[in-house]
Amino acid sequence: MLRIRNLESGYGRLRVLKNISMHVNPGEIVTIIGANGAGKTTLLSTIAGLIRATSGEIRFQGQELTRLAASKIPRQGCVMVPEGRQVFASMTVEENLLLGGHCLGRAGRRDLSALLERQYGLFPILRDRRSQFAGTLSGGEQQMLAMARALMSRPSLLMMDEPSTGLAPLIVRDIFQIIVRLRQEGNTVLLVEQNAKAALGIADRGYVLETGKVILQGSSEDLLANKDVQRAYLGREKIE
Amino acid sequence: MTVELFIQYLVAGITYGSIYAIVAIGFNIIYNTTGIINFAQGEFVMLGGMLAITFLHFLPLPLAIAVAVLCTMAIGAAIEILFIRWLHNPGVLRLVIITVGISILIREAALHIWGDNVHSLPYFVGNEVSTIAVLGARVSPQVLWVIGACGLMVLFLNVFFQMTSVGREMRACAANRTAAVLCGIDTRNMVTLSFVLSAGIGAVAGAVMSPITYTQYDIGTGLAIKGFTVAILGGLGNSLGAVAAGLLLGVIEAFSVSVVPLAFQDAISIALLLVILFVRPHGLFGSSAAGLKEF
Repeated sequence: MLRIRNLESGYGRLRVLKNISMHVNPGEIVTIIGANGAGKTTLLSTIAGLIRATSGEIRFQGQELTRLAASKIPRQGCVMVPEGRQVFASMTVEENLLLGGHCLGRAGRRDLSALLERQYGLFPILRDRRSQFAGTLSGGEQQMLAMARALMSRPSLLMMDEPSTGLAPLIVRDIFQIIVRLRQEGNTVLLVEQNAKAALGIADRGYVLETGKVILQGSSEDLLANKDVQRAYLGREKIE
Repeated sequence: MTVELFIQYLVAGITYGSIYAIVAIGFNIIYNTTGIINFAQGEFVMLGGMLAITFLHFLPLPLAIAVAVLCTMAIGAAIEILFIRWLHNPGVLRLVIITVGISILIREAALHIWGDNVHSLPYFVGNEVSTIAVLGARVSPQVLWVIGACGLMVLFLNVFFQMTSVGREMRACAANRTAAVLCGIDTRNMVTLSFVLSAGIGAVAGAVMSPITYTQYDIGTGLAIKGFTVAILGGLGNSLGAVAAGLLLGVIEAFSVSVVPLAFQDAISIALLLVILFVRPHGLFGSSAAGLKEF
């Protein structure tokens, strides 16, 4: 579905991503873990077109994304839920969701009410808050709104950047349960997380990013069992 | 002061106030999508009046005004596409200087095309001396045209921004540009559209006010200062605030005539601008967190 080859990217002269290669298959949850500054957000932003790749290729369902403007990429079915929610604070919950359906085009506009119902079914709290300003929601509710907004365009791939940041553990559990449910319904998710344990707990496969390079990859079980991953990201030191 | 005189001043104040409000709303529309103040906003008003006067030689009045408004909208789009669209991450200061440059450019071009004579459109209904009685005061029917046109534009803009999907997308750009891009909204087109809209409402105001205020190549500067005062007073980006502040400034100006000489009218609005910038830079109706943060 998504295949990245030798991707390099960064800000101005600063090269953040060095030679990244990875892929995501349809129907799986893939997670990218790593410490602060490893380049996780840069990687997602480059796929979403917010940052231009300096070299390498990103093929999404056979389509090259590196040449497309950022605003054209959601139409291809590749939608990002940004870090820190980024909801339209001065607009109502329902308006936020309708804006998520923007890229469906004229033909898809007829399905908007059905899609709204779908999101309200997935996140019942949003139905109660539908005419409230998004800025008045709690952090967890905003995260749900950001996810629902992205799902409004019926994406083939949902990219999530740090959905657990700043949320209480119980709410993080809810959010992760919803991600699992999305996979059951046939969605594909690329999940970037600092909370490596929780992310590997639900993902099928994972990549470990360090200073802009993929240093490890494999199934979630393998990564969870890996000594280096345990020491660096799971905070578990085995003393023999 | 007699009741008739009071109403006379009040109507005059509301007339000018609604023009200031329209200029301020023009500032707000562009501020909301780009974060900059477009100092060429007053020139759109001048162009609306001047072009309508020119087209009147070939076309009947309503058509001349319509064509003038469309031309001004096209000029607004051209300005955005030529001078702003292709810049990558321009700073606020750079954009502001660009709009100041554009306003000088348009003003000088207007001086060459139309000269420094005072022009005006004919009264839409009646002539200079025809009046209508309003609560004992006598007002020109053109005053009602100005107030009516400005009121309709405010109504139209509200419906546009609240009810239509394009309006919603423009508000989304204002609320969070990155998120709008991630929803697949082409924010650059929204910026162009905001210039077109501002130019359009400015031009309508310029045409309807022309019979009573007259049109000259340099009226834009004064209107921009008044409009800017109103935009700040109402809270940058807040269109209803702009309407309230516009009427307030218009009425203050009108009543000041009975206290100080006419020549001090402009000094009052500039003094008000200075006071508001020192004391409440976020305006009467803006929240202190928003507005002016980028300057």
